[in-house]
Amino acid sequence: MGAINLDDSVMTTRLDSVVNWARKNSLWPLPFGTACCAIEFMSMMSSRYDFSRFGAEALRFSPRQSDMLLVLGTVTNKQAPVLRQIYAQMAEPKWVVAVGVCASSGGMYRTYATLQGIDRVVPVDVYVPGCPPRPETMIYGVMQLQEQISRESLSSRKEHIERFYQSLARQEERQRASGQSGYQTVREMVLEAGEQGEQQIW
Amino acid sequence: MVIERIEAQLPGVVLDRHDFRGDETVVVAGDRFLEVVDFIFGEGFQMLLDVTAVDREDREPRFDVVYHFLNLTSQDRLRIKVPVAEGCAVPSLVSRFKSADWSEREVFDLFGIPFEGHPNLSRLLMWEDFPGHPLRKDYPLDGGDRFCSQDIGASFAPEARSLNI
Repeated sequence: MGAINLDDSVMTTRLDSVVNWARKNSLWPLPFGTACCAIEFMSMMSSRYDFSRFGAEALRFSPRQSDMLLVLGTVTNKQAPVLRQIYAQMAEPKWVVAVGVCASSGGMYRTYATLQGIDRVVPVDVYVPGCPPRPETMIYGVMQLQEQISRESLSSRKEHIERFYQSLARQEERQRASGQSGYQTVREMVLEAGEQGEQQIW
Repeated sequence: MVIERIEAQLPGVVLDRHDFRGDETVVVAGDRFLEVVDFIFGEGFQMLLDVTAVDREDREPRFDVVYHFLNLTSQDRLRIKVPVAEGCAVPSLVSRFKSADWSEREVFDLFGIPFEGHPNLSRLLMWEDFPGHPLRKDYPLDGGDRFCSQDIGASFAPEARSLNI
């Protein structure tokens, strides 16, 4: 049995970095468009800005077929449990980009009706400022996400998502016990967390 | 002027009135409201554009329910205000105007004013078990959320990177 000369055909690396390299270059976006940011998003996806250059070409309108949630616009308290369910249904591993100030912090809507930042109910990886942000800003935000993906470890991402599932289980348990609607349950969880100075419920 | 005709046909029904550049408003009591609506329907005011309410808070009765009517032939508009006290009901117009259905549900949802005779008086915008009625003056704007009105959230400013775009 003769020796096989492999030369340059073998490269050593870490599993994390090669998997993350694949992940960051094939993001499948799911738009959760609720306001004007979604209009900028259309521009970002189409020919002038051409978001598909970054490997996120296949836009899917089903959470089951996507792994990057783009929240584009104002999210009301009534939408909060809907957003949580959509995030829960997405294929793992999954990332969230809060596009625009409304999704990031509630923006100018400082009222009872508006969720003060989607990071209170779902984990957010990148916040893109602007009202609405220009397509370049959104692209830069996703480039930041790609950089973050290339740095993260596979297990930490899994644990990060697992924390959200635990909060969803807490929500369902609470809903069963109180007999309240999902809207009111999430609202009360957010208010109670706020009373304790906590930003988020997950 | 339709207000004069209302006063002639239904004496004493108009509690107050004003008109400014064709913007005609009458105030009528809740118990005679349906008479007025039936009369102006015959006069041509056959479209109910909107039902809303005003919370006067310190006044008694506390609320004004405001109806906007449009005369489709003459294009005249008429606003009817019905003062209503807290907990008292206003007669529903759903049997006369289909557009009253959701408008009245919205007023019920946001002001807590019940409409007598409405076929499905449930909340329109807020969820069913939402506590309180948000457009009342005594409802806090932030809905009790400390993160809403005060800056107590964690600041991400030191970690933010410059975008330079």
